[in-house]
Parts: sequence; C-alpha cells; structure tokens
Amino acid sequence: MKVEKLKIKSYCSILNNKVMLNDQLLFENRETDFSSFIKLAYKKMDTNYPKFFKMDDLSKLGFLAADILLKPLTTDSEKINNIALVFSNSASSLETDRKHQDSIVDKENYFPSPAIFVYTLPNICLGEISIKHKLYSENSFFIFNHFNAGYLYDYATSLINTGKADEVLCGWINSDKEDYEAFLYLVSTEGSITHNKEEIIKLYTTK
Amino acid sequence: MNKTFLSYNNIVSSIGFDSPTVVQNIRKGVSGITLIKDENLFPTPFYASVINSSLLSAAFQPLGSNDEYTRLEQMMIISLDKTLKESGVKLSGRVGLILSTTKGNIDTLDPKHPMPPERAYLGTLGHIIKNHFGFTTEPIVLSNACVSGVLAISIAKRFIAQGTFDQVFIVGSDIVSNFILSGFNSFQAMSSLPCKPYCKQRSGINIGEVAASVLVSTDQDNLVPEAVEVLGEASCNDANHISGPSRTGEGLYRSIQSAFNEAKVGPQHIDYISAHGTATSFNDEMEAIALNRLDLGRVPLNSLKGYFGHTLGGSGLLETIIGMHSLYHNTLYSSMGFTELGVSQPINVIKETTAKNLDYFLKTASGFGGCNTAAVFKKVQS
Repeated sequence: MKVEKLKIKSYCSILNNKVMLNDQLLFENRETDFSSFIKLAYKKMDTNYPKFFKMDDLSKLGFLAADILLKPLTTDSEKINNIALVFSNSASSLETDRKHQDSIVDKENYFPSPAIFVYTLPNICLGEISIKHKLYSENSFFIFNHFNAGYLYDYATSLINTGKADEVLCGWINSDKEDYEAFLYLVSTEGSITHNKEEIIKLYTTK
Repeated sequence: MNKTFLSYNNIVSSIGFDSPTVVQNIRKGVSGITLIKDENLFPTPFYASVINSSLLSAAFQPLGSNDEYTRLEQMMIISLDKTLKESGVKLSGRVGLILSTTKGNIDTLDPKHPMPPERAYLGTLGHIIKNHFGFTTEPIVLSNACVSGVLAISIAKRFIAQGTFDQVFIVGSDIVSNFILSGFNSFQAMSSLPCKPYCKQRSGINIGEVAASVLVSTDQDNLVPEAVEVLGEASCNDANHISGPSRTGEGLYRSIQSAFNEAKVGPQHIDYISAHGTATSFNDEMEAIALNRLDLGRVPLNSLKGYFGHTLGGSGLLETIIGMHSLYHNTLYSSMGFTELGVSQPINVIKETTAKNLDYFLKTASGFGGCNTAAVFKKVQS
C-alpha cells in the first residue's frame, strides 16, 4: 500500500445565506429563504446547468458546493478524473421523503410523482454531481447523527492509499425542515492544509 | 495486507429465519413472493415477498418488547443477534457496526404509525441497533440506493484495511412499505405478476423485505465452513442518468473491471455471477451489455429477485450470503422466473439447480443515482 501525506486542497461551505470558498466570501444574501437564496447563488456562481432547477433542496445544496470545488478541475472534458465522492448528513433525504409521504397519505388525494420519488435517496445528489463532472468514481453516502471527521478521514485516506481514487471530495450536506448546511473539502496529494482529523474539525466548526 | 473474510451470517426472510433454511428453500424452488392484499400497503393486490408478522413477533419476543421496536428494527435485531452470538466476538472499540438501508423506518412517517416520525432518522436507527447490542463504536449507516448491501462489504473491508476496526458486523435491511410501493408504482416499474429477471416476458419488479447480517473479519481462526475471502471490489458511477442505467453499462463495466484488477482475476476465473436482475426492461438489458463487454456472457448467472423480490438495502448482502452458500454446496441455484432469454446479448442464466465445482463468484448491483458495485469472492479452502 502506498501511503502518501494527504492534504486538503480546498473547501467550500454554504450556510446562513453565505457561500464561502476557502476563507473567501463568494456570495451573501440575507433577505431570502433557502429556495430563493440557492437560485441566486447558482446565478452568481455562473453555474449554467438547467437541470439544477429540477433537483430537490439537498441535491441543489450539494451540487452547488461540489461545483464550486470541482469546476476548476474538470474543465477539460477529455480528461477522466478519478475523484471519489464521500458525503454524509443526519437527515438523509427526509425533506423529500416527507413530500412523497404527503402525496400518498390521503387515498382521496393521491398523487405520488416519480420526479419527487427519485430524490428520496440521499445518493441521488452524488449522481447529479457525477453526471455534471463526468465522474465514473466511487460514491458513498453515510448517515451520522453528527459530523464525523474521524470516519471521513479514515475512509478518504483509505480510498487514496489503495489507489481507488486520486482525490476525494468529502463532507456534510444536510437539509432538514428550515435548516440547511453544506461543508465540502477536497482531499488530495496537493495542497497547503494537512489532512487530519483536527484540521477537518477546525475547518468544519469555523466555516 | 491481511486477507478479509465474510464469515458468520444470517438471513431473516419470508422463506426462513436463518441462512441454511433459506438456502434449503431455494434449492427446493420455494419462492417467498405471494399475492398480498393489504390496503394499508397498496390500494390493489400486489406481488411481494413479505415476512409473516406473527412469525416475526414470535422470533423477536425473547429479544425485546414488540411495542418498543419497529418492524425493521425487529428484523435487524433478530438477524444480527444470531450472527453476533454464533461468532462469539466480544464487542470493543475495535469492532464496527455498519447498517445498510435505503429507507430505514420510513413507515413511521405515516401519521397512522404508532411511533413518532422522528424514528425515521437513519442515525436514530443506527443508535437503536448499537444500544441494543452494546456496540461501543459509532454506527455507520450507509444509504446508497440499491448497491448499499454490496458497497457495505467494500466499506467494511476498507475500514479494516485502514486500521479503524479489526472486525465489522454489517446488517442490511429494508421493509415493504406503502412509501416504497407507491414510489416504484409511480415509475411504472412494478410487475403485476411474480417477477421474471432476464426473461422475455419480464414486466418489472416485485418489492421484498429481508434482514441480512454478516461478520467481516481478518481472523482466519474464526471462520464458518461457508466463509469466503473478499478478493476485490469496486464501485463506479455511470455519470449518465439519475433514475435509469447507462445504455452501455459503463459504471457496471468499470466496477467489475476494477474489482477484477484488485482481485487479480479475469473472466476465466469466475465460476458464478450473482447478478442484480431486477426484471425491469432497462436494468436487465444493461447488465447483459456490461457482462458481454467483459467476456462474461458464458458464466452461469442468476438473479435471486424471483425468490425474495427486490429487497433494496438488504439485497446485495442477502445475495452475497446466498453466493457464499452456493460455493460451499458447490451448487448453482436456478434463477427463479426465467424461461426464455429476453436481453439482446447472450448471458448464461441458470435454468435448473445443478451441482458444479465452484471456487470464485462475482456479485454485482446497480441502483438509482447511477451507482454500481462489484465484488469478487473466493471460497476459503478448508
């Protein structure tokens, strides 16, 4: 097993109506709810991907945060990037699950929709990112009660050390009731921040 | 690097509450799929593989109160209890717990359910199972659509190789719920008859429920006779569509190729393929294409969906355990429901249960979100 000293190349967060890349504020809008905010952020980031509007809130959140980190790496459409996606959260796809449940609870008013049902899996967000960035790579979606830096650290390290991925996009994307939070970081052999549990916790808590 | 093995195992299903009974029923050609009439689950009668509730309650009684645990939790606990006790493994900070599920306690979102809707949080489910058995490590819940069960094995192996754990117990399960049935029905993916994977007359899936559990370990001294070594595994996305498989089977093709590379095997080594075979038109066709791209069209193959239906987060683990027993008994089990090839590429679907010397098998799975997983297992020589 080759063991390399891994780094955190970049990180991005979306919460409290702010979009941050590393320690730089990319966008802020305090006036709006999540649905309007994320659309404004999408426009500001020049994302240009109409499928975005069909996604549920969890996928929009994860897609946009991932796009900010991956865009500089995947501009060359000929190059195949082996970047694994390892995401986690506490609410899985419950926001969309509740919508699907509402559509079937009343037999007199029964309207389940495939466009909603497909988003009742948290890993659909990983599929959306994989399609946009042509990633034929490892995908895993974990559910923890709280952000678990230890497991993410071990798992990302293992994927790179065993050659299953060159880089790993890791983190936490959660959308539940009125709350949302995204924090993603790119683990690589390059970068200036040491990849260890303490640094991950520090970046997560100071985001 | 240490070898990783799958050892003690259990299946709780509509055709038995332990692996040997389930395998015996498969050998006899017994399917768990029946016509269910239950308006709380679906407005009209439907075919599914559902565990008998009285048998489930009776089996759970010695382990806890029926009122305090959901149906899914009871299934998971019955299964894991057997695997854990038989293994004799003492729980410590070196023993991990992985739960593989797509929807967990999703039935508790229904206002008529006696439990509060907060029970649907998958982390809560993880902690209920952890606390019931007294695991001391944080549970890892994997929710990665229909590849979860096979991917959970890969993840256990990777955490062990990384030094996080010495041994990992995996329990995989989902239940038949009105949530799932209404959703797959909205996709027009449900068959109005018992499902027929790879068959010309196939018309979609049946949903099923199981709980399956296994011990993943590097301990060569604590193996069951049907134990297998995990030789190689990989998971690749199609990068193509969120609710339909790639027409070229790209992700599955890459997953198998990568798993072969790690296992240092080629198509000539594989004695048996335990495929995904949901019996939808697109899935089965995609698999046939991917397998042929890898020169695996002649290898005997089955889908076990004709016995259990599609058991979602439990399916990959369930089918891997049957594969372990298949190798141990040197028997290829028939692919229930199959009569006439209905895919465009040649594949060797097992029509009748037959004896054959088996050493290596390939397990594959594919799911929503474009995910695919493959793993190669080798019989442990006794």
